[in-house]
Amino acid sequence: MSMRLLEVSDVKKQYGSGCSACIERTGDDAGTNHCPVCDTVIACANINLTVDAGEVLGIVGESGSGKSSLAELIALEKDDEGEVAGDISYTEYDGNLLAVDYQTRHELKNTHLSLVHQHIRDGLELEFSGGGNVAEKLLSAGWRRYDDVRERVRSLFDATEIPVDRMDDPTHTYSGGMQRRVQIARALANKPDIIILDEPTAGLDVSVQARVLDMFRRIQQQNDVAAIVVSHDLSVIRLLADRTAVMRHGRIIESGLTDRIMEDPHHEYTQTLINSVI
Amino acid sequence: MSEINAETDAEVKEGDQDDNVTTQSRDYADQHARDQPKDEMTEPKRSAVETIDSLLGEFDDDDSLSGYNYAYLDEHTKREVRRSIIKAISIPGHQVPYASRPMPLARGWGTGGIQASLSLLGPDDTFKVIDQGSDESVNAANIRRLASNTADVETTTDTTNADIIQTRHRIPEEVLTDEQILVLQVPVTDPLRKVDGSDAANRRRHAHRNYGKMWVHLYENVVEWGEINIAARYPTMVAGRYLMDPSPIPRWDVPKLDHADSLFIFAAGREARIYAVPPHTSVEPLAFEDRTFQVERFPGVSCHACGSTDTYLTEVETDDGSVYYSCNDASFCHKRQQNPELDRDHHIKQSIDGWGPGVSDPDSGDTAGDTE
Repeated sequence: MSMRLLEVSDVKKQYGSGCSACIERTGDDAGTNHCPVCDTVIACANINLTVDAGEVLGIVGESGSGKSSLAELIALEKDDEGEVAGDISYTEYDGNLLAVDYQTRHELKNTHLSLVHQHIRDGLELEFSGGGNVAEKLLSAGWRRYDDVRERVRSLFDATEIPVDRMDDPTHTYSGGMQRRVQIARALANKPDIIILDEPTAGLDVSVQARVLDMFRRIQQQNDVAAIVVSHDLSVIRLLADRTAVMRHGRIIESGLTDRIMEDPHHEYTQTLINSVI
Repeated sequence: MSEINAETDAEVKEGDQDDNVTTQSRDYADQHARDQPKDEMTEPKRSAVETIDSLLGEFDDDDSLSGYNYAYLDEHTKREVRRSIIKAISIPGHQVPYASRPMPLARGWGTGGIQASLSLLGPDDTFKVIDQGSDESVNAANIRRLASNTADVETTTDTTNADIIQTRHRIPEEVLTDEQILVLQVPVTDPLRKVDGSDAANRRRHAHRNYGKMWVHLYENVVEWGEINIAARYPTMVAGRYLMDPSPIPRWDVPKLDHADSLFIFAAGREARIYAVPPHTSVEPLAFEDRTFQVERFPGVSCHACGSTDTYLTEVETDDGSVYYSCNDASFCHKRQQNPELDRDHHIKQSIDGWGPGVSDPDSGDTAGDTE
């Protein structure tokens, strides 16, 4: 058995004051994530999952199912709204990831856990060059030799199949596919243990989607980096994920090996989801 | 006192004003009434043709300053500025807010520097003001005159004689000692504003020493120019903790801040911030290990007046299109004209290491580009 990297136990996130009836009146059985008693939105609750080294975990679900909220919690994205409970443990850190201070969070995000944002603007500084966006990760981690930074950025551009002669152009001049690749190059820069991809194909046309996913799959295997892939698109999950969790109304309703979920879905919603795609 | 108050109240009502005059404005009116004779207030007409000279002639020198506190600012203001300065010294490079009073000239013209200088000056001090190296610019001369009128201080143009030097955009060529304070006027306080316009986000970055974005700026600079090409306001790390904007001094002056004997105070009037570099504090310009910090180079030229090759030179273009170079520090240039052999540390007993380029510092032989 491979090494356990990340363990998420009983994590909950809610927007609103909450009441004693929240958990009972929301979720899959209740058919909503919105508590009718106190108006609280339960973005996700009762979340338990694990990620091993080098493994790819898929999280699939419809819009509003809480998958992005969960991904942001794991990726240590700070959100001043909402209340969070539960525990996320990570091998390289002694304590609950949900309770880290800013400095530690900054360090962990820089070198251990990388998020590829769903929205380009959240992840990239479009006025900086593509190379500058990737270099920022290295420079923040303390790289102080210019030639070394250049060399590393160049090799990351190569690996993510971005034309190296474009690396000094402003990022806003890049195509959507190139911007997505720059985000992935940036996420890989400091050799993290785990990458969280939030909707990696959002806004890309089908042929570009396929090339970005192929590239990511190759890099993920070469570097043996673990990943959590969040998507509403089952074909993305099928291509990348070893294991899959299906979310609906803020709960994980089914999880297991991706092949098993695809071939033998147990939950009624999962069956509908798969039938509607294939 | 109560009598005058009653009079003032009566006047306010006579003037057909609203009864709800605030206490503050009454106090002000009260003060006003005391400052000026009553008949002059009610009868402002003047018979003779008014010229500025005739108006000024009505005041003799003593009158013009009556009513002003010593050193122009009131004592509470000076105390507040001094407290901010002490806090700034305690946290080197950190921007400390202060009230920044309105001054008799527009913000952005050195109001921060004036407030810091006037708060520090005492009657025994000697004051020097320079503006881009010159003692004789209008702004410098006026600031000097304000201090000598209101604070009763001696003024000088000789760097070595001054206790407090207020300056805009330069650090003097002559080495400052542990008995001197340099007050720098600052237009922009935050070095990070170059890379992000949000002061709130930048304050968070300072709090967490998160300077990644500034490093990307330097990286992109090298990509574009092959070296770091920042002319002034060079980002510097103070005591390994805070990134600081050293005000628009040329790169030439930045090394003078490092481990100096003197105290440097940076004051911004418009932005209402004070920060400081205490004596013997490390000040390190941000640079890459393989793309190092460079000062300005003046290959093969010297000052047309004194012949110096180890000072910061400015290019002067004449009407016929020819170009010559001149020392930027006018006071030291003048001394050099009397004595071309004068060292920049001539007034200090032991020889000084590292007061910028050109002063005998064995370690910085390669960056003293003046001899290239």
